[in-house]
Amino acid sequence: MTRDDILASLFPNGSKIETTGAMIAGQAILPDGKPIHVLGIIEGQPLGVDEAIVLARQIIEIVKSGDRAPILILVDSSSQRMSKRDELLGLSEYLSHLAKALLLAEAEGHRTVGLLYGGSAAGAFIATALATGTLVALPGAHPAVMDLPSMARVTKLSIDVLKAKAETTPVFAPGLDNMVLSGGIHGVWDDNAPLAPQLAAVLRRPQGKDDRGRLGAARGGRRKAAEIADRVAALAAVAHQAAHHG
Amino acid sequence: MTQVAANNVSPSWYEASARQRIDALVDAGSFAEFIGPALREISPHLAIFDLPEQFDDGIVVGHGRLDGTPVLIAAQEGRFMGGAFGEVHGAKLTGLLRAASALKQDLLILFDTGGVRLQEANAGELAIAEIMRAVIEARRAGVNVVGLIGGRAGCYGGGSLIAGTCSRLIISEQGRLSVSGPEVIETNRGIEEFDSRDRALVWRTMGGKHRYLLGGTDVFVDDEVLAFREAAIDALKAGRRCDVAVLEAEQARLERRLQRFGEAEDAIEIWQTLGIANPTEIPALPTAAFLRAANDRENADDAR
Amino acid sequence: MEKLSFRLIAPRSASGTRTQAIVGVVASGNLEVLLERNLPTDICTIDIATAAHGFGMVWDAVVRDFVARRSAGGLHISVNDGGARPDTVALRLAQGIRKIEEPER
Repeated sequence: MTRDDILASLFPNGSKIETTGAMIAGQAILPDGKPIHVLGIIEGQPLGVDEAIVLARQIIEIVKSGDRAPILILVDSSSQRMSKRDELLGLSEYLSHLAKALLLAEAEGHRTVGLLYGGSAAGAFIATALATGTLVALPGAHPAVMDLPSMARVTKLSIDVLKAKAETTPVFAPGLDNMVLSGGIHGVWDDNAPLAPQLAAVLRRPQGKDDRGRLGAARGGRRKAAEIADRVAALAAVAHQAAHHG
Repeated sequence: MTQVAANNVSPSWYEASARQRIDALVDAGSFAEFIGPALREISPHLAIFDLPEQFDDGIVVGHGRLDGTPVLIAAQEGRFMGGAFGEVHGAKLTGLLRAASALKQDLLILFDTGGVRLQEANAGELAIAEIMRAVIEARRAGVNVVGLIGGRAGCYGGGSLIAGTCSRLIISEQGRLSVSGPEVIETNRGIEEFDSRDRALVWRTMGGKHRYLLGGTDVFVDDEVLAFREAAIDALKAGRRCDVAVLEAEQARLERRLQRFGEAEDAIEIWQTLGIANPTEIPALPTAAFLRAANDRENADDAR
Repeated sequence: MEKLSFRLIAPRSASGTRTQAIVGVVASGNLEVLLERNLPTDICTIDIATAAHGFGMVWDAVVRDFVARRSAGGLHISVNDGGARPDTVALRLAQGIRKIEEPER
């Protein structure tokens, strides 16, 4: 599906979304007549300080408006911009700031939904898609931490060897299926069916705790994460009790 | 005071192991570990690569007292797999942060990480995301999450994004804070863009002094465990807000940073624009002189 | 990874009361040693996981020397080796004994 196809299928009631360089911004009308904000990074562009600061500002304006309307983030990016300038200016703060804007928007009553329809990698993936309250994807999306050839270079293993190991575990190789099995993506939409009802179903899910660890355990991609986190939290609680009553 | 004398007084943070840093940081004998090495919760994913495991999977988490105040602490071991985040490693910190929210207990993160462990890339990446969310939830519950950066592996990749969610950041000259590492930039963009073997360039671009001057961190300390301890005690007294007002203030300072320095080609130009008299001397300045010269630095108070 | 196991009679038992100690880091040229006080005082067991294959004889020599010289009785010792030299291994094992014999606070 092209981006226009996606938007048309998501918003049969209409949308007003503008493209500025590597980003989109605007609003659309949901089936029930209520508004939804739409933002995004598109066309496989990298996410640098200049893009992150613009996206963050848009999210902050939405939160300040107090309209409590949901926010949909469309994602088709590459990784963070790898440049001297971006790091010189403190890229990590800009990406964290963008992630915080999304996390705070969700906490302030704006449902944040990420729709991964293209690529996304590393710092860009963390600061956008993975910072939303619910992340869904369309078939054909290709999230990655690092591409396999680069992984081969860094680990000093051949690509064939890496591919063979990737057959036995979903934990390291890039790709949509592996990210779904790991619990990072809540679901993959059916691109042969209208997208509007699928979005509506996501928006009906109640807001809650971060359940990605639980999903990863249930699907088998991350069998230890949820259990280890729960145990540490429980041990801390017991220690706290003992300190106050010991 | 010469560097040798300083190290005689207080051990080097850079040289210390994760466990040694915790020992030096907390009140004597106050540390108790959660899921210690005897429980052997190792990575399930390294054997397939025939890589050695570490019993604590490279991170030590637990609780202790800092000048009498109960705190939760996580310390990464930068020498094991470059301190990188794997499934178990990350989950220990995620759980600790969730405890911080539930118990309203402040938390210290002793960063020493190259980012995500490639052999467990997807699990590591998701751990970063879960940790960032857990930090913000803890901060909104009124908890201070303080980051300490000064280890051998620096604070790179996903670690740098977690650092950006902390309420206060403490860094030493040895510390580095950056999303992409020098080698990655050079591999992707060429040596003209970034010569990863030019150590002076690396430190001017991502090192502790530059980050402090830019407002990327809040405190600059000597490479001494006692200096980090003092700074941590102080940092826990900092403001605890984490709301739209703080986010707006951060938006303003990050926009201003781009306006002031967006055209700079090197840190020297930035330091010059900050009004520092002899910017080329900054890297060689000892701490006291550096802190004096840093008087007009950008700061992120109530804007982080 | 190669796994090696030793069970030896120890002439001297570890003093002190600590039940556990850990030294070292798993890194190139280094190793971690976990000591647990949970065996009869005249026995020492040592389990080793190492990425360097074929050095069984060297480990045998280092381990036997260690148990003969140090107060290793009563200890179950577990090693994760990152490819350390024999003298580094001997050093860490000795550091481990010192640590587990430290008086408790």
